[in-house]
Amino acid sequence: MATTTVHRSARTRSDASAAGRVRAHSPYTNWFYLPAAVIYGVLFLVPTVIAFYFSLTRWSIFDSKFIGFDNYKTFFQEPALVSSLWHTLVYAVLTSGLKVVLGLGLAMLLTSQIIGRGYLRSVVFFPVLVSTIGVGLTFTVLMNPERGLINQSLDLVGISGPGWLTDPSLALISVGLVDVWKGVGLATLIYIAGIVSIPQEYFEAARVDGAGAWDNFRHIVLPLARPATVTVIILSLIGGLRSFDLIWAMTKGGPGFTSDVIASVIYKQYQAGFYGLSTAGNVVLFLVVTAIILPLSRFLNRKEVEL
Amino acid sequence: MPRKNFALSAVAILLSIVVFLVPFAFILLTAMKTRQEASLLDFSWPTQFRFVQNFIDVVQARDYMLIIAFINSTILTVASVTLMVVFGAMVAFTLQRKRSRWNGLINGFVLAGLIIPPAVVPTIWVLQKAGLFRTLPGLILVEIAFGLAFVILLFRAFIGTIPRELDEAAVIDGAGPARLFFRVILPLLKPVIVTSIVVQSVAVFNDFTNPLYFLPGDQNATVQLTLYNFSSQYNTQYNLLFMNILLITIPPLIMFLFFNRQIVAGMTSGAVKG
Repeated sequence: MATTTVHRSARTRSDASAAGRVRAHSPYTNWFYLPAAVIYGVLFLVPTVIAFYFSLTRWSIFDSKFIGFDNYKTFFQEPALVSSLWHTLVYAVLTSGLKVVLGLGLAMLLTSQIIGRGYLRSVVFFPVLVSTIGVGLTFTVLMNPERGLINQSLDLVGISGPGWLTDPSLALISVGLVDVWKGVGLATLIYIAGIVSIPQEYFEAARVDGAGAWDNFRHIVLPLARPATVTVIILSLIGGLRSFDLIWAMTKGGPGFTSDVIASVIYKQYQAGFYGLSTAGNVVLFLVVTAIILPLSRFLNRKEVEL
Repeated sequence: MPRKNFALSAVAILLSIVVFLVPFAFILLTAMKTRQEASLLDFSWPTQFRFVQNFIDVVQARDYMLIIAFINSTILTVASVTLMVVFGAMVAFTLQRKRSRWNGLINGFVLAGLIIPPAVVPTIWVLQKAGLFRTLPGLILVEIAFGLAFVILLFRAFIGTIPRELDEAAVIDGAGPARLFFRVILPLLKPVIVTSIVVQSVAVFNDFTNPLYFLPGDQNATVQLTLYNFSSQYNTQYNLLFMNILLITIPPLIMFLFFNRQIVAGMTSGAVKG
């Protein structure tokens, strides 16, 4: 009580003083933006903007020559490069979709009355914190077609497992599954936060009305956990579209170019010294990400308000 | 209260062991095996335990590269996360408190920093012009630039809960902007500071892509890159590869054991509000 009075009187005093003096003593200064603005501007904004110019050049690190849209022509005519665009979309949609479904399922399980809940939450979440390259190399060994643990186990029950990373039609999906293994803990965590914030009264009212578990899920959890769903979809789509290290650790885009995504093309062209082409890939990735994420987040957030 | 579901619990725990614990057990077991046994790639109990020998071999490999990498990664993580948090908090504080027509634009930049994939080669070009390419300070600045947006979002939400009256009282007592922020506000931000330090440390420590692009070369490798070098050099030495994976998993594991709550808070913040 006493503190409130002090604060209030302090405020009256400052209000009473001349407006000009208060302005001069404003405790907030634009100088606080400066360090962050310089670093962010020079190392993030400037490269993002000049990327548009350099993507129109034939570029080595010493000089660049303007060649118009040739890099983009190459990118969209070379089957190996243009296929990376589709792989990126498939990978992002697959991992994002699985994370939503599995994350919601796991979160329902881990908020229910179940033994070992703390242990289960920890064990599901821990892979999120482990090195992506470490996870990638481990699963490359586990997915070895003849000697890997996965196919050895499948053999025991009489199934002959596929060449997870050697089959061209399967490699991208296999990497995506490992991505889900590593990332589903984060989706689960976000869903758990969403579910526990739903007021218990809803469930009690539903019980009085004789609602079953499915009704609870369909009519209470699903609509009210919607902000969590939006977060999971947006986060995992952004991550999936930009994904590089897991794919690089497991397949390097192979076999052939069947698991190449835009981010791995950017690295390969950079390594090969085609800086202009690499930067064009970067611009394509920029456009793909913004063209998907911006309208989607606007759409998802608007629906949320109507609800 | 409904009673505990035993059948469901049993299935869940069994599945969690198969899906999540077996891969980690595999890393641990293979890290203890001899080279020949490890090359079989099977999930089995080692006949000879070579844990200490493998540890020494990994540490000594390529002129103690792993030690150098751990030093590099520690400097990188500590420096970039410290500056990221201080600079990010300063932006978030001003952005939350000061009303200005630029706020919309600044918020836009923050979101852009979260969404837009960094343009790699142009960043190298900028670093080269500044004489910072292939240097640890260069990589530190890059990590700050790419990590700022997330830190600002975390801080802005939290600063909104600190009453403005506090600022006014401090100003009446004669505090300038710097004193107000560093002596009055910053100590109150402790929970969100811990959260962002923990989350961003794990992210920077585990970062592979940025060191790969901006700090190439064996003498300034970071831990994630040693893993990569090992896997190509010891193509058949799986025992050493997995020992290396084990060693670089320890720092995140320690973080997880001590700061589980803060990590969860950081990663889920915004999930409820959307």
